[in-house]
Amino acid sequence: MTTPEGPDERQVPPPSPDAASADEPEVRGAEERDREHAAPVHAAAGPMERFVAAVTGTSVVVTILAFVSAMVVGALFIALSEEAVRESMGYFLARPGDALSAAWSVSAEAYGALFRGAVGGAYQLSETGTAAIPLILTGLAVAIPLRAGMFNIGGEGQVIAGGVVAGFVGFAVTGLPFLVHLPLAILAGILGGAAYGFLPGILKARTGAHEVITTIMLNNIAIYVTDYLLSTDRFRLEGRSDPISKTVEASAVLPRIFAGLRLHWGLLLVVVVAVAIWWLLERSTFGFELTAVGKNPDAARAAGMSTGRMIVLGLTLAGALAGLAGGAQILGLQQRITGGFSGGLGFDGITVALLGRGSVGGTVAAGVLFGALKAGGRSMQGATGTSLDLVVVLQALIILFVAAPALVRAIFRIRAQGPATGELAKGWGA
Amino acid sequence: MKLELRGITKRFPGVVANDAVDLVIEEGEIHGLLGENGAGKSTLMNILYGLYTADEGEVLIDGEPVTFAGPGDAIDAGIGMVHQHFMLVPVFTVAENITLGVEHTKGLGLLDRRSAEAEVHRLSEEFGLPVDPHAVVEDLPVGVQQRVEILKALHREARLLILDEPTAVLTPQETEDLFRAMRSLKESGRSIVFISHKLKEHKAIVDRISVLRRGRIVGTADPATTSEQELANLMVGRPVGLTVDKADRETGEAVLAVRGITVLDARGKPAVDGVDLDVHRGEIVAIAGVEGNGQTELVRAITGLDPVAGGTIELLGRDVTAFGRKELLRAGVGHIPEDRNREGIVGDFTVAENLVLPMWDAAPFAERGRRRFGAIAEVAEREVDDFDIRTPSIHTTAGSLSGGNAQKVVVAREFARPLDLLVAAQPTRGVDVGSIEYIHRRIVDKRNEGAAVVIVSSELDEVLALADRVAVMFHGRLVGPFPMPVSREAVGLLMAGATPDEAMGATR
Repeated sequence: MTTPEGPDERQVPPPSPDAASADEPEVRGAEERDREHAAPVHAAAGPMERFVAAVTGTSVVVTILAFVSAMVVGALFIALSEEAVRESMGYFLARPGDALSAAWSVSAEAYGALFRGAVGGAYQLSETGTAAIPLILTGLAVAIPLRAGMFNIGGEGQVIAGGVVAGFVGFAVTGLPFLVHLPLAILAGILGGAAYGFLPGILKARTGAHEVITTIMLNNIAIYVTDYLLSTDRFRLEGRSDPISKTVEASAVLPRIFAGLRLHWGLLLVVVVAVAIWWLLERSTFGFELTAVGKNPDAARAAGMSTGRMIVLGLTLAGALAGLAGGAQILGLQQRITGGFSGGLGFDGITVALLGRGSVGGTVAAGVLFGALKAGGRSMQGATGTSLDLVVVLQALIILFVAAPALVRAIFRIRAQGPATGELAKGWGA
Repeated sequence: MKLELRGITKRFPGVVANDAVDLVIEEGEIHGLLGENGAGKSTLMNILYGLYTADEGEVLIDGEPVTFAGPGDAIDAGIGMVHQHFMLVPVFTVAENITLGVEHTKGLGLLDRRSAEAEVHRLSEEFGLPVDPHAVVEDLPVGVQQRVEILKALHREARLLILDEPTAVLTPQETEDLFRAMRSLKESGRSIVFISHKLKEHKAIVDRISVLRRGRIVGTADPATTSEQELANLMVGRPVGLTVDKADRETGEAVLAVRGITVLDARGKPAVDGVDLDVHRGEIVAIAGVEGNGQTELVRAITGLDPVAGGTIELLGRDVTAFGRKELLRAGVGHIPEDRNREGIVGDFTVAENLVLPMWDAAPFAERGRRRFGAIAEVAEREVDDFDIRTPSIHTTAGSLSGGNAQKVVVAREFARPLDLLVAAQPTRGVDVGSIEYIHRRIVDKRNEGAAVVIVSSELDEVLALADRVAVMFHGRLVGPFPMPVSREAVGLLMAGATPDEAMGATR
């Protein structure tokens, strides 16, 4: 509290020039803050609430700097994983220039390949977009419950539920025209995911079961039930013994936008969904109620809002979006359900939402960025031999820095400012 | 010890919280510190306690300049602070809490409970602060927890105690006990800084009063020769009305009819036990009582926050017992909740958003699920003007307002819409004199407009000033309401559990 950071930096109304006037806004001194500081609502806020507040309260600048920091540390990893660099480290003291230039050239080359692989041409852009589609959706599936103060770890299960149901409708229903079958299959995916989000929602609203626990467990259930389903004749592709389903009917396939490129019309769905969710959260009474419940459930209840309803709807909506992501993966990309087809999309969604600071725009941007990393990473591995795992390391580093804004501020020596950081200091300093 | 502050200045971005403050606290003196919310009292005390560093000025103890890098240094120098929100470990015993951090140990770091308890016992005897060393803190009433805090400071050999609004959470009886202990501390040569909003208390206990306004000491007064009115004016900087002007008014039909309601607490015991209450148009029924006698639960039941276990509630002849909160609010019930920060406002939302909070999805603030920002801003601007909410803009977050202004947001929100019934719980808690005057006037206005008003307050002054009829809650039962005038003494006796005959008889 003695440092310039922290609650001291909370913005206070500027005193009017006429200090004696009784009409001037009452200036809120430190004492008021201290009172709130110790107020029961903050004392009662658990680590989860504080974490959510810390992540959503981070400033844009800190987020960008967190990304830069992650790239720098990532460069060190690339350099150290390179044989040539390690060798030149052996005589670092004698000729430090060798090691440094080797490290520079290796990491510059890797990042160059990464960049070119993400945006270097039509094919690369298509791959980035293809990868971004499900990431934005699962990111939003985390960002929406975050508004209501909940942490949805169940994106993975919801992706699987959506994908399996969409895929099933895709191959089991036959004889429908494209204009009926495809929307039906997509809707089935949305509903499958929604149902899978509704479960933890109703459990929390009715019994208080914490969504983090229930969604993690539901992930496992989804994974293993899918494995079981893929072993049944109803699902399994004839003549195959590995977990792979029948092929989705042509009438249920999300078509590609450009011939020869994998980018599919799921992209349009994502754009529509993102705009709709933005409107819902920022402009609708539903979004206001959801946010109020997340910010202060007691006050929301006292205002006549239904916290239980928001918990259920928030998680159901999240499930619907993750389900759409699963459906788009199956109908637009794979056309078959495979074991583990979700490949951690739900978990990547957590990273995307956190980097996007829980906002719709931020989540979309973060989804595109992570899509680019994913697409670029594959081509980087091909071009320079730098492991694709580096991309995962980069993602982890970004979140590490985003979640520890104090660290980023210390590195770049920026002073905390604004109400957002007041919230932050409350969270970590209290 | 003698403590001296010289030219203390502390700036926060955009505001000078303390401006060249000079303050001398003599040995064996109880020094009152008076000021509105946001006047800089707590900042000053936090500097004294080492939580903040002053930008300018110095602190002298017995003539020697000292610097504190943190509370540890201040404690070592003999300064003890009892915060408004206690810093106790609820599951530890009294003795464990008091010795926490300076535990009594014997060989190999084993805790020596017996010597700790003996020490606590000795301190408790010496200063007239009775506590049971074995009791677990979470089971104790607030007044006793406060004693534990004071003993904790004394155990660390504090010679100057800072009491930050110690009476805000106490019953009148507990306040008396605290004052007695403060006097015995004073006799032992210890100094006390006493912070309180309540002018009466300053008059009752302190030797000298310093008044802070907007970060400056605007006067030092002798409580014996200064009237409450003079103190209030000095503190607010303009003449303040301390009494409520309230013309007689004819009461109308019964708005609220409560019949035998019972509310269970978390453990399934009745917190409200068969309460009947009628409140009519144009009257204020004030419910007094020591906190924890069921008033909170009664209010929560009447306003639809908690379900009742038995009995019925009627609003204008309609059975609303099973109504949810939203239905009740929309049916013309206004509620000023007891805990403003927890239930009154969403601190991260703007003033405008808080002003429409209970009507968030109703016209004109919303239309088919779409929020109408124009209508919200328009009404918010008007209410900020009408209710004199001092905020830089309607888009400022409500959490950054001072306590009095945050309460005005809640008051404005409930009062701006037509109400049949207003239920206000502790409407002026933690609010300074100027805002109290204002809120009281608004409550009386609402009554004059024909609303039925229920006030729940643990402030006797407030109860007696506002009530047309007064009732007392004791052990979950409601005694009364009795038409005013009822004497202060009678209400005090009823609060302590006397029967109406005893109470009225004793004072007649």
